[in-house]
Amino acid sequence: MARSCHHCDEFSRASLVRKTAAEAGRGLPAIEPGMPFPAGTGLDRRAFVARTLGLAISVYGAGKLHLFEEGIARAASGPAQPVLVSVFLPGGTDALSVLYPALDSTYRSLRPTLALDAGAGTQFSEDSRLYWHPSLSPFATLHGEGKVSVLPAVGYTHPDQSHFTSRHFWEVGATETRLVSGWMGRYLDHVGTRDNPLQGLSLDYQLQPALATAKVPVASLAAPDEYTFDAPGVWGDVEQRMLEALGPLGSRRSDRFLNQAANATTQSDRLRRELAPFTGNGYGTPVPYPDSDDPFPHQLAGLAAMLAASLPLRCVAMTAPGEYDTHSDQPKALADGLDITARSLLAFQRDLEARGLADRVLTLVWSEFGRRAEENGSDGTDHGAAGTAFLIGTRARGQMVGEFPGVANLDDDGNLRATSDFRGVYCSLLEQWLNEDAAAVIPGAGSFQRPVLVK
Amino acid sequence: MPPVYRGRFGKPQAERLLWRAGFGPRPGEAERLAKHGLEHAVHSLTHPGRERLRGPKPHDDNGRPLAPYDAWGHDQLWWLDRMVRTSRPLAERMTLVWHDWFATSEDASNARLILRQNQLFRKHGLGSFATLLTEVTKDPAMLLWLSGTDNTKDSPNENYGRELMELFTIGADRGGYTERDVREQARALTGWRNDWDDNVGPVNFRYDPKRHDAGVKRIFGKRGHFDWKDSGRLCVHHRLHASFFVTKLWSYFVPTPPPAATKRALQNLYVHHDYAVRPVVEAILKHPALYEGPRMVKPPAVYVAGLLRALRRGIDNEAWTWLLDLAGQQLLHPPNVAGWDDTRWLDTATYRARWMIASHAIRPHVLDSGKAKLPPDASKLLGRAESFFGHPVLTGRTHGELKRFARHALADANAKWKKEQYPALIENALRQLLASSPDLQTC
Repeated sequence: MARSCHHCDEFSRASLVRKTAAEAGRGLPAIEPGMPFPAGTGLDRRAFVARTLGLAISVYGAGKLHLFEEGIARAASGPAQPVLVSVFLPGGTDALSVLYPALDSTYRSLRPTLALDAGAGTQFSEDSRLYWHPSLSPFATLHGEGKVSVLPAVGYTHPDQSHFTSRHFWEVGATETRLVSGWMGRYLDHVGTRDNPLQGLSLDYQLQPALATAKVPVASLAAPDEYTFDAPGVWGDVEQRMLEALGPLGSRRSDRFLNQAANATTQSDRLRRELAPFTGNGYGTPVPYPDSDDPFPHQLAGLAAMLAASLPLRCVAMTAPGEYDTHSDQPKALADGLDITARSLLAFQRDLEARGLADRVLTLVWSEFGRRAEENGSDGTDHGAAGTAFLIGTRARGQMVGEFPGVANLDDDGNLRATSDFRGVYCSLLEQWLNEDAAAVIPGAGSFQRPVLVK
Repeated sequence: MPPVYRGRFGKPQAERLLWRAGFGPRPGEAERLAKHGLEHAVHSLTHPGRERLRGPKPHDDNGRPLAPYDAWGHDQLWWLDRMVRTSRPLAERMTLVWHDWFATSEDASNARLILRQNQLFRKHGLGSFATLLTEVTKDPAMLLWLSGTDNTKDSPNENYGRELMELFTIGADRGGYTERDVREQARALTGWRNDWDDNVGPVNFRYDPKRHDAGVKRIFGKRGHFDWKDSGRLCVHHRLHASFFVTKLWSYFVPTPPPAATKRALQNLYVHHDYAVRPVVEAILKHPALYEGPRMVKPPAVYVAGLLRALRRGIDNEAWTWLLDLAGQQLLHPPNVAGWDDTRWLDTATYRARWMIASHAIRPHVLDSGKAKLPPDASKLLGRAESFFGHPVLTGRTHGELKRFARHALADANAKWKKEQYPALIENALRQLLASSPDLQTC
């Protein structure tokens, strides 16, 4: 059996958040049957969504649009909203391998066994000292087209080397351990509605903490074509009645955690209705995606299909495949993870371009920290500070944010120093991409420099 | 001493205790336990006597005995079977608690080593935490998971030293330790090694003084030639350990934080009993907050094992491994070293997984609507569904909604064949809805 010792491997949940029960969609009102059809008529896209959902509506036979379906139709009928996709590389990706200073003698002495050679990857056009990790050639391609902004050393002051604390900071958008809502969740609490769970979509087997809201509902699903609720020995009218009973079973309860379970029931029922158009025949894609055991490429293909169907998404969060907490066995683990991640994201970008949606979507790729500059002697590296992030999309400015700090001047713990702050990045994304006042979302927003991220 | 619950101890209370301290009642078990009163009920859980496994023996999809060391996923099924059939539910529940507390994934080792660790949790689960920590520190699955055998004098690896303090004994962001303590702990923990056997993988785990950094370390302000035993001892004796320990242990049984006075009393109990786990668990299981406070969301493994116990069904297929994965709790594969997040078991993705779990649990008993003759009566049909699951306590709201569903569905039967067949379809649907209801997701 191959030794793959990536320890704390998939950082899908932060331990700190454990203490801070953030419950998506808390305060969601119960659906009131017979609510009037909303005034104001959207034109083409509304009609499209209503028609697709009509398949589901006719099944229920009530002849009335569900409030939720109205909510989604209304949201879809408004102006097309910009979409932000967050892709998390779990474990702390080694910045000094992602873009590595191949010829730097200090780098080579810090990394006697792990240093990558200049010949392995292509040179980074904005800083000739740096080379792209060989697995990141898809990013190099997109960068050559002006569609990738690179942040070679992003972090924050007083870096925390705990996976859970640092990831929590990135998720809540502040170096605050007690904050309970995610930064995208707080944005959605400002601009979202109480009847559209798709506004915040965790494309995952569970909710991504960055999407945790205080007021409005958000959704979590692995892939849009799998969301069905069958029961053995139940069909026909009785099956329809059974599915109709799900909503009432999820009605509000006084016990806090019984109500949490009830909320999950209601929101699952809403999502089921919403995704009915996708669950029959699945969805096609205009471009090929990589074959993989990991669901990531399939999830990205589903995301593009949902956007093409005008489902009103605003913020999407997902976890990249691979294990990045490379205390040992770093070369193979890192190459494998980056390879499937980068090829999938390239396919996603090409898909969006083929569907004419590319100008509506920006994707932020990040990790909770970088790794120690000096290798640890076990074919790996320990936890570090500043890491690498990427912003991908046709509307990304395509220019580096913050310079590469070099390995000659490390911090006291022997880690890369940050040359950009993730909170400033969030402020820029909110203001330049999502058209929201960052002060309403990011604590202390006024104190952060806003890099120009969007063109 | 912490306060003790003095209210009525009836079936609802006994049922809650059996879920919180185990994997739920078998049919009739809650009623029997309620007759004995709280003291006896808790004592029977914390002093259960020798283990007897009750119920059908486990087998795989093809009817063959499980091969936990050889077939993928059979180790998870082996454990799930223990949860279902054990006569010592609390010991098995504590094994799950420690698996989450010292969350180690099989991904770093193999079935043999992860089950060896699992056995350690079963053996020491209610004993001394200090002993447990010593055993865990040198446990092969843990040594591989957190780089213990990669941690040498010449190239210290901080992985275990950091999590030892952050997740196992003291807690982050409490001012309990510094980055320097992390590095010094790593040095103290050096010396473990193992060999590699091409047939069985990692073997021969041992302490090798030549790989140990014997120099002076400074940990929590103390100086000494500390080694791996000192490392854990310093953590257990740390001024912030007892409060970390009781708060974390409490969180596995009660979803709201302990009142300040209770927390202090539990700390005293813990330290007074020389870091023994059993007295603290006993006090928590008798505490009013467990019976008077809000319900708790069942972890997926507890939900599955509980359904099977209620249905008197054994492990007779392998689907539980991927179903538990979808529900967010693949046994022996925690998401990371911090374990599972008990505040986030339920969302639209994991709720659907629980729906599928319920489907799989009831499938062998599915009624054939062409053959089964059931009464066209909503109350009777619901009564049968409740009986099917051993009469779990339901809220009035859930009971009412289920009955309403049955009534509406019966009213749809507008033809002779429908009148004959719908009652069985409705009974099948009632079982599905009942098992998926908010009531059965919580306890």
